[in-house]
Amino acid sequence: MGMTMTQKIMAKHAGKEIVTAGELIEAELDLVLGNDITAPVALKEFEKMGAKNVFHKDKVALVPDHFTPNKDIKSAENCKILREFAVEQDITNYFEIGEMGIEHALLPEKGLVVPGDVVIGADSHTCTYGALGAFSTGIGSTDMAAGMATGKGWFRVPSALRFHLTGSLKPPVSGKDLILHIIGMIGVDGARYKSMEFTGEGIASLSMDDRFTIANMAIEAGAKNGIFPVDDKTLEYVKAHSTKEYTVYEPDEDAEYELTYELDLSQIPLTVSFPHLPDNTRSIDKVGEVEIDQVVIGSCTNGRIEDLRAAAKILKGKKVAKNMRLIVFPATQKIYLQAMKEGLIEIFIEAGGIVSTPTCGPCLGGHMGILAKGERAVATTNRNFVGRMGHPESEVYLASPAVAAASAIAGKIIGPDSV
Amino acid sequence: MIAKGKAFVYGNNVDTDVIIPARHLNTSDPQELASHCMEDIDSNFVHKVAKGDMIVAGKNFGCGSSREHAPLAIKSSGISCVIAKTFARIFYRNAINIGLPILECEVAVEEIKADDKLEVDFKKGIIVNITQNKTYETQPFPPFIQKIIEADGLVNHVKQQLK
Ligand code: SF4
Repeated sequence: MGMTMTQKIMAKHAGKEIVTAGELIEAELDLVLGNDITAPVALKEFEKMGAKNVFHKDKVALVPDHFTPNKDIKSAENCKILREFAVEQDITNYFEIGEMGIEHALLPEKGLVVPGDVVIGADSHTCTYGALGAFSTGIGSTDMAAGMATGKGWFRVPSALRFHLTGSLKPPVSGKDLILHIIGMIGVDGARYKSMEFTGEGIASLSMDDRFTIANMAIEAGAKNGIFPVDDKTLEYVKAHSTKEYTVYEPDEDAEYELTYELDLSQIPLTVSFPHLPDNTRSIDKVGEVEIDQVVIGSCTNGRIEDLRAAAKILKGKKVAKNMRLIVFPATQKIYLQAMKEGLIEIFIEAGGIVSTPTCGPCLGGHMGILAKGERAVATTNRNFVGRMGHPESEVYLASPAVAAASAIAGKIIGPDSV
Repeated sequence: MIAKGKAFVYGNNVDTDVIIPARHLNTSDPQELASHCMEDIDSNFVHKVAKGDMIVAGKNFGCGSSREHAPLAIKSSGISCVIAKTFARIFYRNAINIGLPILECEVAVEEIKADDKLEVDFKKGIIVNITQNKTYETQPFPPFIQKIIEADGLVNHVKQQLK
């Protein structure tokens, strides 16, 4: 029986010819990531392990992005722990706020992940890099510590679900709508412990930013990872951002998939996830009247340049509804600057929105846009759990940047064609 | 190892945001985390929980973020073990890595009621419902994971490797 793309990458990194689903392996790591929430815990464990040095100073990335710029004293102390460790260990990839971004947008942009890599990160959305044809997955702080100390990690080889894509999305439908649609279809544990492997000629029509958004939310279906094949667009992206050596893996022709889902991209509707789970999806025509107080555009899911362009296109020359709070947070400094050059920031501010420095901030209810009791937000983020963005009785609706922008203008959830 | 305690029963998809809301993640102090454990789903939890008690829940327990603060908060609150129909992947790893015993047992979860008295033997995977006088057997961990558990978590496991 052949191997899936994920299994082939794992086999190579475990020094094996073949691996099969369910097998436990130890694999070499190309990159270990942590942030200001998870890394301080990991550093304590690192010390307890008796480790003195990280396994490779170029292969550890530390990104203070969740509560930065430091929202309070405790956050400041956590960031200080990271900074001091980075200096002491001479970590190459530690990013201070001036050059930072939200980790999962930043690492590909800095060229730290390339096709064929094995990456673990103490953050569940580490699965984002599957867009580049890498095997990447979220782990906890203790795993991060072990990875930093040994350069290895233990994994159970996952089985896979295949999503075979044909056709192309009909704008303004985006990658976000596709992944919300898929999660609605298979449920928040529909891919639990498994890989989501995307195949088919439909992939060629998806931009890299769309692919990052899709792979980012694999975890919202419970998946271990989501992965895309490497094509011309991937290589173009990699060559523009990285000098690292890469390896292109392809699934075997007889690779085993537990199930194959066929999706015609032209049939995917604009999709919104209702509270309080990402799989509680509805197509835009079934949303009904949902009035909202706040719109958040950004995050590691949808804070890239194409997302900002999509939102700006709709907001240009318009005003947000009375009493609407529109918060835009570009995912990295580079994206922020690009948006500025393209005049997007001006469009957001003129429409009555605010633009924040890159941070996770509102996405996890950290700072910069917390919701009060009973308030509703449309967000381009990835989670709408109880209390995710503030008060336990607030509500988050997940949508694409285009739907979010249109909703900011209308004061209720609405598709971009209606404004 | 055997633990005894009463059951706190929850439904499907208990996510890490309700186990320990992100607004408390600016600390990693186990006691402080424990004082907010389950806050957004059950504000009585921290007042009622006693050492040895168990959490019993449905499918996909611990879904969502990778925060190890979630199993840490649960462990430090005094909970001796979590029994669920299934666990989300990262939570499963984290629990093993920090030494919070977890068991998957669908039948037990369906039958256990809130406040039932339970006795659990994690090594053997045996759950006894004392209140209802019922016994359940679950899958033991695969050998590789047992090794980590025997080393009392990943930290010691790696410590042994680094020597
Ligand atoms: S933007 Fe949100 S989902 Fe992404 S890493 Fe930050 S907190 Fe997590």
